[in-house]
Amino acid sequence: MEWTNTILQGVLTGGLYAMFAAGLSLIFGVMRLVNIAHGDFIVLAAYLALVVTETLGIDPLVSLVIVVPLMAAIGYALQRGLLNHTLGDDLLPPLLVTFGLSVIIQNGLLELFTADSRRLQAGAIEVASWQLAPGLSIGVLPFLQFAAAVAVIGGLQALFYRTALGRAFRATSDDPAVAQLMGLDNAHVFALAMALSLAVVAIAGVLLAVRANFDPAIGPARLIFGFEAVIIGGLGNLWGTLAGGIVLGVAQAIGAKLDPGWQLLAGHLAFLIVLGVRPEGLFPRIRG
Amino acid sequence: MSAVSVRFTDRRSAISLAALAAAVVALAFAPLWAGRDGLRLLGEIFAYVALASLWNLLAGYAGLVSVGQQAFVGLGGYMLFALAILAGISPLWAIPGAGLIGALAAVPVAALVFRLRGHYFAIGTWVVAEVFRLLASQVSALGGGSGTSLPAAIVVAIADTRTMREFVIYWIALALAVAILALILLLLRSRYGLALTAIRDNELAAASNGVDVVRVKLVIYVFAACGTAMIGALVFLQKLRISPDAAFSVNDWTAFVIFITVIGGIGRLEGPIVGTIVFFALRQALADRGALYLLMLGVVAIAVMLKAPKGIWGLIVDRLDWQVFPLQRRLVPPPRPEPN
Repeated sequence: MEWTNTILQGVLTGGLYAMFAAGLSLIFGVMRLVNIAHGDFIVLAAYLALVVTETLGIDPLVSLVIVVPLMAAIGYALQRGLLNHTLGDDLLPPLLVTFGLSVIIQNGLLELFTADSRRLQAGAIEVASWQLAPGLSIGVLPFLQFAAAVAVIGGLQALFYRTALGRAFRATSDDPAVAQLMGLDNAHVFALAMALSLAVVAIAGVLLAVRANFDPAIGPARLIFGFEAVIIGGLGNLWGTLAGGIVLGVAQAIGAKLDPGWQLLAGHLAFLIVLGVRPEGLFPRIRG
Repeated sequence: MSAVSVRFTDRRSAISLAALAAAVVALAFAPLWAGRDGLRLLGEIFAYVALASLWNLLAGYAGLVSVGQQAFVGLGGYMLFALAILAGISPLWAIPGAGLIGALAAVPVAALVFRLRGHYFAIGTWVVAEVFRLLASQVSALGGGSGTSLPAAIVVAIADTRTMREFVIYWIALALAVAILALILLLLRSRYGLALTAIRDNELAAASNGVDVVRVKLVIYVFAACGTAMIGALVFLQKLRISPDAAFSVNDWTAFVIFITVIGGIGRLEGPIVGTIVFFALRQALADRGALYLLMLGVVAIAVMLKAPKGIWGLIVDRLDWQVFPLQRRLVPPPRPEPN
């Protein structure tokens, strides 16, 4: 029962990792851009939620109403003002510019909020849990996190394959030049993709911040978790990404159970094993 | 029939190379004219010139944009401590030892990360560096997560007096940086250099012309890992203290190195040297501003990437067609036969 519990907690954490990954995978799919600052945007969203909850005195989960549109607006402006100028055949400009953004966000947050770790206070829900069986219970908050991940990924999937915007995303992903010829405004489509990516980041950031302490330096590790989930799950497959997040979460939970020092190591090893044995990921997108 | 020959040097690059040689000689005598702080600063500059030159070779020539070179800096540093403390090898011999181990470790790492393309290669190398960091913090013989210092007995074995030790470490730093730059220069002038230039310009075309792309990339990756590990060993010999967070810092050993290379001029041997000078000038000017200085560095790097993607040295070359290192191949036509 102890192990069932460990694995269950790993699965629930995996949902959070899948949410880190979904935003990353979205913009890579649409414009072949890997956002090195992705993790730092997650942390930025957490700090925005902190400021919003402290000034307005509202619940962290309610603060999503403000933080999500705010992050989306930042994403749109950032893409139009900066990142669109870096796109092209050369992969170095987007990499360097997002690396620069990562350093800027980390040190900006450090100046404003110091290196102290913070946490969003969500009240009674933090400790609430449901008992499934004797010795096996799940926290309401982790469950909510996982449900949010499933909803976000299902929503993205529907958006991609059922809406005009999704068609625009897929068209620019397949061939940006032809998409432009068909009348799409690529700069606008890319900016919408980044806005959507940072909206997902905002949800992930707030849910992270009610469950764990955060400080300005934790962004890069979140980027790595998201990246690992994408690769484990297989490029271009959103449900695969959820599975990848779960694999990562479970590996970390098992590692931590064996020895607290092995938590992160076990996650990375799971990633490296998948890379060594099945480099295309567990569930690569089937073309057709 | 006389063949067309290839010439590297012209008069200007001969002059500038001679000036550079004179500068190296002057730097070799720096213990006579620079104070203790000056020597320490120069030693740090040499380490960054070497790290940035190696990263430039990877990213600017071989198209291997790694953000995980801190794996090899940290590995080199830890191997220096392991060889000196656990195996009783003199720290001076431990530096090439660390380089060798770095090169050996690079082979299985390459086997994994070479499966990833482009951006994913970049983050994959970062994951490897994180694995190295976490493994290092599990080694309790070297202080685990909190790190360790080089014991006094080992430090004293380098040289008897503190002043002499500082001189020795300074000279090693200078010699390593010069040797790495010279090796890169020779490598780029060899057949590998031509293959690398071809890969940089168009990987597919290079492969179809018979360049074994994967092998060339592997050679460059292993070479860079070896040099980076030796510099890592040197850096932590300078510091005399190591910890996983310092040894495998992505900011110190990758972000700064990338910024230096891009600001100076990627894809040119002179770029990392110019970039390092700019980086340290900025640092000396803004040292007391803490986090703001790093923030400014990020802004400068982004501005250079967008406005002058070839960096400062690229601007100079565009205007003056000047190169310090004789790398550009110039064809010399055979002498014309005398008209009858």
